[in-house]
Amino acid sequence: MTDNDTSLVQIRDLHFSRGNHMIFDGVDLEIRRGRITAIMGPSGTGKTTLLRLIGGQLKPQTGSVVVDGEEVNTLRLGPLYQLRKRMGMLFQNGALLTDMNVFDNIAYPLREHTRMSESLIRTLVLMKLEAVGLRGARNLMPSELSGGMARRVALARAIALDPMMMMYDEPFTGQDPISMGVLVRLIRTLNDALGLTSIIVSHDIAETCAIADDIYLLSGGKVVAHGTAEELDHSDSAWAQQFLKGEPDGPVPFHYPAPDYFDDLMSMQEAGR
Amino acid sequence: MLESLQRLGRKGLAFFQRLGRGHILLWDILAGLSSLLPRPHLVIVQVYSVGVLSLLIILVSGLFVGMVLGLQGYNTLVNFGAEESLGTVVALSLVRELGPVVTALLFAGRAGSALTAEIGLMKATEQLSAMEMMAVDPVKRTLAPRFMAGFISMPLLAAIFSAVGVLGGYFVGVGLLGVDEGAYWSQMQDNVDIYDDIQNGVIKSLVFGFVVSWIAIFEGYDCIPTSEGVSRATTRTVVHSALAILGLDFILTALMFGD
Ligand SMILES: Nc1ncnc2c1ncn2[C@@H]1O[C@H](COP(=O)(O)OP(=O)(O)O)[C@@H](O)[C@H]1O
Ligand SMILES: [Mg+2]
Repeated sequence: MTDNDTSLVQIRDLHFSRGNHMIFDGVDLEIRRGRITAIMGPSGTGKTTLLRLIGGQLKPQTGSVVVDGEEVNTLRLGPLYQLRKRMGMLFQNGALLTDMNVFDNIAYPLREHTRMSESLIRTLVLMKLEAVGLRGARNLMPSELSGGMARRVALARAIALDPMMMMYDEPFTGQDPISMGVLVRLIRTLNDALGLTSIIVSHDIAETCAIADDIYLLSGGKVVAHGTAEELDHSDSAWAQQFLKGEPDGPVPFHYPAPDYFDDLMSMQEAGR
Repeated sequence: MLESLQRLGRKGLAFFQRLGRGHILLWDILAGLSSLLPRPHLVIVQVYSVGVLSLLIILVSGLFVGMVLGLQGYNTLVNFGAEESLGTVVALSLVRELGPVVTALLFAGRAGSALTAEIGLMKATEQLSAMEMMAVDPVKRTLAPRFMAGFISMPLLAAIFSAVGVLGGYFVGVGLLGVDEGAYWSQMQDNVDIYDDIQNGVIKSLVFGFVVSWIAIFEGYDCIPTSEGVSRATTRTVVHSALAILGLDFILTALMFGD
């Protein structure tokens, strides 16, 4: 339990599968306090699933997920909810509540979990909005926001309760270069100014490498490489090289597993599909 | 042969798993109802969108159904010289059967499908997940108020449907066809029993409200979180609700009026 001082999240020998599809096959991970840790891998490797396992929304078949000294997978619902109040999560598309405006979305966790007066809530909400640069957008509805703005509002909501850690699910995907830059800077400054621990799940290599202190590469249900951006650059893992350089073929084949091409074409008459 | 047997088995298993999930969800919702007591506004907002917004279709349909009952009832009764009983016929048909059943069918189409689509979209856009991660239980916070609102609204809508239907029968029977006004109301008053008829009708509408709200919420919550999944779930809500309503109506009628 000495690890607990330096690392906030410890994942040990994690196995998780959906039906027959093995998603994690023995993953060990360590998220260090105060750092930004990136978890990278191609789409469908289970990055979102990993965040859900850390947040306790999914339970692993075997292995353990420990967050701040508490074993998430065996926690009862009450303590789990208490723990979640100290975790913030930014969903891939923001996941703002569509029946409320920006202000109420950010006030929502405060109103649900605290007994603060409305004037105090207003002050806090405006502070969070100012931090993400959207104080002027407080009266807009989620449908009136651009993708980048929605993500920033969601970020303000996620930090409303001053969590100890933030999880970002593909924060850069589908952003224009400017909002990308804004988000990169926000994630770094929030992490350092609020003393957070951040986990970024992403496949945008340049942006992620620029801010991550620690990078894990996932593939085929396992951690294939781990280190700082520089260490990975010089890593001798063929897989890591292919992923970081974006080469179309290599250890990760271009083709989804399929029967032999020739046989497949020839079998058309028999199978009819 | 073996393959179709396997497919049948898988379908059967999937069906029972869904049934199980449906009951677990119902249990969670019922357990979550107590958390609504300190926050009645959550329910009131939903009563508005589930109940009040369904008023127009209920009023118009009730009026027309009542008018048709007046017309059909008169045409049959007049052969026996019994057109004085029109009030009884209209009122009993509405209170015992058409009020609860037609209202429930319309309710499933208007409010049930909207509930499924709303909850399904909240799931597809990860709003429900986001609530969980904000340590807010979506079952208590979003599903329970909607369930309660459906359960409250349905009997009220059925009562309004029946009342408007009686007026519709009155317009046609008394206004157009010349049935005696005093006879229309007094026959109705004499022959409609508060327990046998009205109470049983209210029980029916409560049962239908419970079942339709449950189906609608479960279908939304359990849908595949894609646009296609939501659209299928919405269809299933309407179809399953209609079948459940008509099947339960037969059972309830047999129990209530069967002897
Ligand atoms: N609800 C689900 N039901 C079944 N399979 C799922 C579900 N969600 C994700 N998966 C599968 O799990 C794998 C990992 O998904 P995900 O964690 O979303 O990947 P990533 O975020 O890395 O793109 C994918 O192969 C996906 O098909
Ligand atoms: Mg993902």
